[in-house]
Amino acid sequence: MKGLFNYRELILASILLVGIAAIGAYQPAFLRWGNISDMLTETSVLFMMALAQMVVILTRGIDLSVAANLALSGMLAALVSQYYPEIPLVLMILTGVVCGLILGLFNGLLIAFLGIPPIVMTLGTLAIFRGLIIIIAGGDQVNASEMGAAFQAFPKQIFLGLASPVWIAIAVSLLFWIFLNYTRAGRGLYAVGGNPVAARYCGIDQRRQELLAYVISGAVAGLCGYLWVARYGVAYSEIASGYELTVIAACVIGGVSIGGGVGSVAGTLLGALFLGIVMTALPVLQISPFWQMAISGAVILAAVVINARAERRPDKLILPEARRLRRV
Amino acid sequence: MSQPILTLSGLSKSFPGVRALHDVSLSLRPGSVTAILGENGAGKSTIVKVLTGIYRPSDGEIRVRGELKSFSSPRDAWAAGIAAIHQETVMFDELSVAENIFMGHMPTGPARFVDWSEMHARAAALLKRIDAAIPPEFKLKRLSVAQKHLVEIARALSHEAQVVIMDEPTAALSANEIDDLFRIVAQLKAEGRAVLFISHKFDEIFRIADDFVCLRDGEKVGEGAIASVTEPQLVRMMVGRPVDQVFPKRDVAIGDVVLSVAGLSNATEYADVSFDLRKGEILGLYGLVGAGRTEAMQGLFGITPKTRGTVTLEGRRLSIGAPSDAITAGISYVPEDRQEQGAIVSLGIRENVTLANLSKYIRGLFLSRTSEQAETRRLGKRLAVKAANWEQKLAELSGGNQQKVVIAKWLATRPKVIVLDEPTKGIDVGSKAAVHDFIGELASEGLAVVLITSELPEVMGLADRVLVMKEGRVVDAFKRGQWSAEAIVGAATGAAKEAA
Repeated sequence: MKGLFNYRELILASILLVGIAAIGAYQPAFLRWGNISDMLTETSVLFMMALAQMVVILTRGIDLSVAANLALSGMLAALVSQYYPEIPLVLMILTGVVCGLILGLFNGLLIAFLGIPPIVMTLGTLAIFRGLIIIIAGGDQVNASEMGAAFQAFPKQIFLGLASPVWIAIAVSLLFWIFLNYTRAGRGLYAVGGNPVAARYCGIDQRRQELLAYVISGAVAGLCGYLWVARYGVAYSEIASGYELTVIAACVIGGVSIGGGVGSVAGTLLGALFLGIVMTALPVLQISPFWQMAISGAVILAAVVINARAERRPDKLILPEARRLRRV
Repeated sequence: MSQPILTLSGLSKSFPGVRALHDVSLSLRPGSVTAILGENGAGKSTIVKVLTGIYRPSDGEIRVRGELKSFSSPRDAWAAGIAAIHQETVMFDELSVAENIFMGHMPTGPARFVDWSEMHARAAALLKRIDAAIPPEFKLKRLSVAQKHLVEIARALSHEAQVVIMDEPTAALSANEIDDLFRIVAQLKAEGRAVLFISHKFDEIFRIADDFVCLRDGEKVGEGAIASVTEPQLVRMMVGRPVDQVFPKRDVAIGDVVLSVAGLSNATEYADVSFDLRKGEILGLYGLVGAGRTEAMQGLFGITPKTRGTVTLEGRRLSIGAPSDAITAGISYVPEDRQEQGAIVSLGIRENVTLANLSKYIRGLFLSRTSEQAETRRLGKRLAVKAANWEQKLAELSGGNQQKVVIAKWLATRPKVIVLDEPTKGIDVGSKAAVHDFIGELASEGLAVVLITSELPEVMGLADRVLVMKEGRVVDAFKRGQWSAEAIVGAATGAAKEAA
């Protein structure tokens, strides 16, 4: 059972496969490698953002400021590219990551050490970050023509058939998997979210774990900020508006418990992939944008219902015949 | 003697494996205060719960003014004129005083809407009757514990309750507040109501009660007028049987001092707690519920900050600021509510067992699943945890097996000192013996054990020494062989020393 996928994730994976096959049967172009590769590129930011959000949700928190953080960090990276085009690309990317990390640190410090409820804190910083974009850009946007060439070229580079954002998402996913399964801090996140009192008795510092979660969330948003701005060739205050809800939805579909302590890398990636397919397949099927949103919403609700059923405390096995059944 | 308001006859209540009450009869007269006495776990709370409709008795009958009653919910008990004031008040902090008083039976107007002015007027009148200067529109959370008790009394009066049950109402009150409360009890008496008063404190019982009923192990062992008994007689009744030989005590060679605690204090909960603990020794920490034993040990373990005091382990002065410091030094604390405070049910057995000292399983940069599994297997087998495999989620295990996993977690830290907080609370008699045997085994392996327990037979059966705490201080200490049940209970309750 403790393989790569658990039972629920297997179900989700099967639904995905069936769905992809059905769409493919209707519209064979959907299954062409070019289309799949595009879809993965399109979803790569969602993969990473969902993993980062999962880490926050594991601690019983939520980070509503991720999309605003992405936009602000992306804007800062774009401005650096515009005004200092000569500095190396890696420093520009780092600008986005460090900016995101600092914004996450701000969330984390106030949530962990002042005890501000995460939903309130990040709702506040969501607005602050969006406002800061207008201030640092002087109300303007940064267009493709103003960004450096290397800055914009990197997300479009293809290695071994996949665009660089997909490779970055793969690397980030691996890091998350190792972090959550093979480090003390990663285990601590599950413990703090699963039972904060018990975690405290075990010597786990809840505040440090929370701080860590928001810092990770922020840094990943910063990295995605660069990728987003560079890929679409524009930075302004409203990019990725409302995207935090898509990210949270991916987590919920992937089996992350909003109550904390439950969630896996594989499940979250599947959840993000599911939304990615819905959002890329529906236009292929010529369904109107209104229906796209309605269908995404229905899928989210269905996932919540399924998760709620799965999270029901398993019945105790008291009757001898029930115990025998379970053993089989 | 007037006709009793409330009569219980032959009342019994059993839970699987536990007999909480057996054949208890008592009657409450109008205008009198009856005290119920008994050790922790003697069945006092069970009586309260039966009378308030929370538990249904397994056998026996309840009569109110001679009429047979059967309570299937707290509402039935209210309707019969029985109201209880609980140890920890159970009310709604975010609602107003008036809403709390009338919760469940708010006065309504013609269209069944709540009649607020009527409710506030009636609340004010009730509060005035007990001389409580509390505005009815205040939110409950603004009130002190004593004021909340007054609101509960007003609530009882709003039901025209004839029987008022007070379950340790003075536990969190200051001396002045206790005086106020007793003045109201006297008033309830004067109005012809019957009061059932549950307290551990002898001075209060002698001050306020007319009659007493003494319980032990769920049975009534004595009753009568309070004027006809002395404190030592009551203590003997509560303790009853000789308890020294209940558990076979293991013969363990006691070694050098491992842990030395001196002057442990914090601002409001405990003061000057000092003791030495030796290798292989079991130190009992006895006292009434709320005597500050758990709080002092939580201070030792770093859960709550202590203001003063030193902790020395094997000659090394420790500075414990957080539980992780204590764990690293070799002190483990197994909390009282092992499932709520110990188990992480969303994680697997392995992840629970290794959680308290994860750094031990790091090989190179990362946690080694192999070494985690090895330790889990070792302890899982030793404690006979029943599970399909060691990765199974705790949520799927029975309560008893979850508790075993929690204990395994603390043994995995390889402690030198282990603090066990009420290790047998809420488990049945058969499992108790197994736990006692296991505690003896830990000591025989050289572990130093602090055993917090409210059960006299347990502490007398297992401990080498007993410290008795009362109101946050260590008030007495006894050595095995030089103690008596009466002396230990006497020290814990503050009863006058045996004179006769």
